Amino acid sequence: MTASEVEAWFVREVLPLEAMLMQYLRRNWRDTGSIEDLRQEIYVRVCEAARKSIPRPAKSFVFVTARNLIIDRVRKEHVVPIEAVADLDALAVAIDMPGPERNVIARDELRRLQAALDQLPPRSREAIILGRIEGLTGREIARRMNIAETTVSEHLANGMHALTNILLRTEGRT
Amino acid sequence: MSEPALEIDRRAAHWLQQRQFWEWTDADEAAFEAWLNESEAHRIAYWRQKATWTRTERLVALGPKQPELAVETAPRRRLWPMFTGIAAAIAAVAVLGAMATGTLLRPQDRMYSTSIGGRKTIAFGDGTRIELNTDTVLRARMTTDQRLVWLEKGEAYFQVKHDAAHPFVVMVGEHRVTDLGTEFVIHRGPKNLEVALLEGRAWFDRADRKLQSQSALLKPGDEVVATAGSMSVARKPADELANELSWRRGMLVFKRTTLADAAAQFNRYNRQKLVVQDSEVGRLTIDGTFPTNGVQVFTDAVRNVFGLHIENRGDEVVISHAP
Repeated sequence: MTASEVEAWFVREVLPLEAMLMQYLRRNWRDTGSIEDLRQEIYVRVCEAARKSIPRPAKSFVFVTARNLIIDRVRKEHVVPIEAVADLDALAVAIDMPGPERNVIARDELRRLQAALDQLPPRSREAIILGRIEGLTGREIARRMNIAETTVSEHLANGMHALTNILLRTEGRT
Repeated sequence: MSEPALEIDRRAAHWLQQRQFWEWTDADEAAFEAWLNESEAHRIAYWRQKATWTRTERLVALGPKQPELAVETAPRRRLWPMFTGIAAAIAAVAVLGAMATGTLLRPQDRMYSTSIGGRKTIAFGDGTRIELNTDTVLRARMTTDQRLVWLEKGEAYFQVKHDAAHPFVVMVGEHRVTDLGTEFVIHRGPKNLEVALLEGRAWFDRADRKLQSQSALLKPGDEVVATAGSMSVARKPADELANELSWRRGMLVFKRTTLADAAAQFNRYNRQKLVVQDSEVGRLTIDGTFPTNGVQVFTDAVRNVFGLHIENRGDEVVISHAP
């Protein structure tokens, strides 16, 4: 698979699972401080596998990868009592079923985007709206908000970062 | 993993905004490429931010920015306008068309038209405004004693200055809309005609007196759908009407719209045609606001949301199930 094929697959099949994946990790991994690292390593592993061939269905592959990674970590680092992992096997790895769920996502997409924007810190929100909706450049945003360009950069980056987390992690809720 | 995921994500978001909002030099591109190639985690973190960026694409359409309107002013009740260039050519065609339908083009008639994807506002001396949507032809006869226009094809929005002595009449084929101080929109499709009233009152009927039974007094929110032999009037919620008029801002608004309908709407505005490959795909529904010329934005959204396959064949873009 080419990098862009893997990217398309990752965006389409894996990212929508992030809310569920984070929930799963929080339930099964006690060290909350390293959950993001765990999540990222899962992404790296599934994408590396996808380079050879696209795993189908994505959902079971992502969760099997997550489970294996947690078991590895537990064995290697002994950071989590082994009992915490026991119920992993109980967690049935659901079969990927697209369809109505996706339809709901499409319908609510605009509302969800607006709700996510509303959750951003005010300055980041303003910068993103000026840039993304009104189509201003970074320099124009700086002038409009009357702040330094480097500050605009920070607001935009923080805003994008927060928006990504909000959007990916409130998926599926209505 | 030595580098914390949080740091990588922040860095990815930083690169993204840098590329989108600031000057981007070859040196920046090289530095960015180097960062991406440093680790798979970097690349994936960037994909993740970029996916959000793509998703927010549909917010772009909510913006206050409006494409500039081409405003053309027409003199009030001018008797002998000069026909030049394309207008003359269209007028010539219109004469032939008019002869076929029994109405002859008079010298005082003026033709207005838009091409595919075009939009035009005509401001008449009497205060009446007409906005033409994509691929539309309108003929106007505005004289001292008559205010008469023909919607030859396409769609137009009318804001009519009321004048009790000179009613404003729109002819659409055999159908006729007579304003009584109004705002309304008329869409002449290949098979039917839709008239929606936003404000005031208007009288809808047929020019042929034998068919006077097919007439109605329209109130705000009413929408008439008429074909050669039938007519129905339905109430339309204000927000739905507003969505249908979003073309005046250069936008298409979809609310639980099927892909097949959405594609048909885009095809009115663009030379590059969307083709929905099978009926199952055509029945998927989508919400969103898109620029009328945003075929690419739309197909990107469809690819990301439904995981459909998009194939650009030049003249057409085919939407189908992923292979």
